[in-house]
Amino acid sequence: MGIEVNGKVLETDEEGYLANLNDWEPAVAEAMAKEDGTELTENHWEVIKFLREYYEEYQIAPAVRVLTKAIGKKLGKDKGNSKYLYELFPYGPGKQACKYAGLPKPTGCV
Amino acid sequence: MPTLHTINKSPFDRNSLQTCLRLANKGAAVILIEDGVYGAMKGNTVSATVEKALSDLSIYVLGPDMKARGVDESKIIDGIKVVDYKGFVDLTVENDKINAWL
Amino acid sequence: MSDTKKFMYINRKAPYGTIYAWESLEVVLIGAAFEQEVAMAFVDDGVYQILKGQDTSELGIKNFSPTYSALGDYDVNKIYVEKESLDARGLTVDDLLDLKYEDEDDDWAEKDSIQVVTSQELAEILEQQDVVFSF
Repeated sequence: MGIEVNGKVLETDEEGYLANLNDWEPAVAEAMAKEDGTELTENHWEVIKFLREYYEEYQIAPAVRVLTKAIGKKLGKDKGNSKYLYELFPYGPGKQACKYAGLPKPTGCV
Repeated sequence: MPTLHTINKSPFDRNSLQTCLRLANKGAAVILIEDGVYGAMKGNTVSATVEKALSDLSIYVLGPDMKARGVDESKIIDGIKVVDYKGFVDLTVENDKINAWL
Repeated sequence: MSDTKKFMYINRKAPYGTIYAWESLEVVLIGAAFEQEVAMAFVDDGVYQILKGQDTSELGIKNFSPTYSALGDYDVNKIYVEKESLDARGLTVDDLLDLKYEDEDDDWAEKDSIQVVTSQELAEILEQQDVVFSF
């Protein structure tokens, strides 16, 4: 499987997650969002950027509970709650946001 | 909450038996299975450690695994009890939890 | 939360020679995501898993040592290291990763997750667990 971004086909796994972390660029998130019928806003990008930084530091995609807590700490309580994050990423903030960020599926996600 | 520890590697290959004996609490049970049965033998460099542990722990060895490896009961350290599969099952029932050392 | 059990993961293998260390860490993160009470113990060569300064760039495999620093986020803040294992390898707690967590009950004060314990202390801690996994 793959996803076409800027004329190049990037390899993805059977669930649409990017196979190579280093293939990621903002256009990848945009292409994935378009497939889901989602328009990416500043609020989406904030979470995507946060996830990429989290992965860079810890080498894992955080579980939803951890993501929610960490977002709250960094971006404020009004954003660090599941209601806000599920509104942004209705397929699940863990799965959908990690996918857009080019990360593997969060450990422990089924 | 008594624990049953299982050891399935030779003490001359891995240190799991030695570490298990160091970290097992008084009253715990240890069963030596598969290649772990070599740890039940007397007259080797590990025997003294095992003999000493017998004052605080109950140590068992699985008969069928001994037999398969040609380890005769006469070569087993005094105080270690030989059990069959049924005895092994009883031990798993009698103890609250199992720590399967790798 | 009535179904919360105390899980202990004992780690006894060095990190890259076998898959045990990474497998254990993954299982720990999964268990913690389900809000169980999770603790880890590092014994024997397992202490090498949390040694500072790991760099796998020339091996072409993932350096997962930074992941141990995420354990605090997963509420895994009881990390026991056996003193005898450190001593035998000529190591001290200063050679290990600086693992921290934020204590929710103490105004999120940052605290050390690692506790160096003797064999005897660790034996007592193991006794208090509901489930023990060995890696």
